[in-house]
Amino acid sequence: MTSSQAGLLTAVFLASAVEFVEAFTIVLAMGVTRGWRSALWGTAAGTGVLIVVTAVAGYALVEWLPESALQLAVGTLLLIFGLQWLRKAILRAAGLKSIHDEEEAFREERENALRASQDQRLGLDWFAFVVSFKAVVLEGLEVVFIVITFGVNADSVPLASAGAGAAGVLVLVSGAILHRPLARVPENALKFVVGLLLATFGTFWSVEGLGFVTESQASLDWPGGDAAILALLAVWGAVSYLAVLALRRTVREAV
Amino acid sequence: MRYVKAFGRFWFDFVVGEDWRIAAGVAAVLGLGALALRAEIVSDSLLAVLIAAAIVAVVMVSVVGAGYRSPNRTEEHE
Repeated sequence: MTSSQAGLLTAVFLASAVEFVEAFTIVLAMGVTRGWRSALWGTAAGTGVLIVVTAVAGYALVEWLPESALQLAVGTLLLIFGLQWLRKAILRAAGLKSIHDEEEAFREERENALRASQDQRLGLDWFAFVVSFKAVVLEGLEVVFIVITFGVNADSVPLASAGAGAAGVLVLVSGAILHRPLARVPENALKFVVGLLLATFGTFWSVEGLGFVTESQASLDWPGGDAAILALLAVWGAVSYLAVLALRRTVREAV
Repeated sequence: MRYVKAFGRFWFDFVVGEDWRIAAGVAAVLGLGALALRAEIVSDSLLAVLIAAAIVAVVMVSVVGAGYRSPNRTEEHE
């Protein structure tokens, strides 16, 4: 397994676990308050949409773009998208952004579900179906984005999909056993790690892809080849840590 | 037209997120990097390192700057 593939598997697994935990909280709230049949149909429909989007978008990108253009376009998107995760993680670690709380999210969703009217369509509780569907699609879209961008750049969409699938199975099995929100998953720490990995690989691939603007259109070479990925990860980790320390000081001074 | 706008807004929020300055900074650094690459000012390897350093710098200035401008706890929107 190459360093790109190892990074891909780690990032996709962790990102998927975080997103699936958030989707699971909402589906669980619908299931226990409005009934499992509609919540599970919404989940299945959402999962189907995500599988189709992954297959179509992944195939189209690989078939239509030359390698360096793919690295530049997809790497840049991954970088900008990953920097959102890193930015939020830094602000949360510094105390400038609220920490995501699954217990609280579950309470809110449960209260909304209890207040919503009974609307039956296609033999389903429409509120539970739509909320579950939207939760799976919206949370899953981030997973799909990471699976496609990592997968096509590392030439391993199946491996990325397997990583996401494994995280999904783990969350579902854990949730089915516990039958409550997975509040003890260290979501914010995981998001920090995923943000660092996305920023690292996004930087690596977008810079490599700049070779597309040269006459040969060949990918730009990093000094040290794939070893540069580890150096980039160390740099992103160090500067993020320093940013957290600097921002924590502003919070203390503001109090 | 309303749906096209909403569709565009969704994808902008999805990819770019809350701080457009980070995306703009990254795009500007990569654009300048492309120009430098075509002009063959320095070796490709050195340029790769310089571009990466510029991306890290732009992002950290943006993140820390945003934190300094608003040292208050914000709401969770996800």
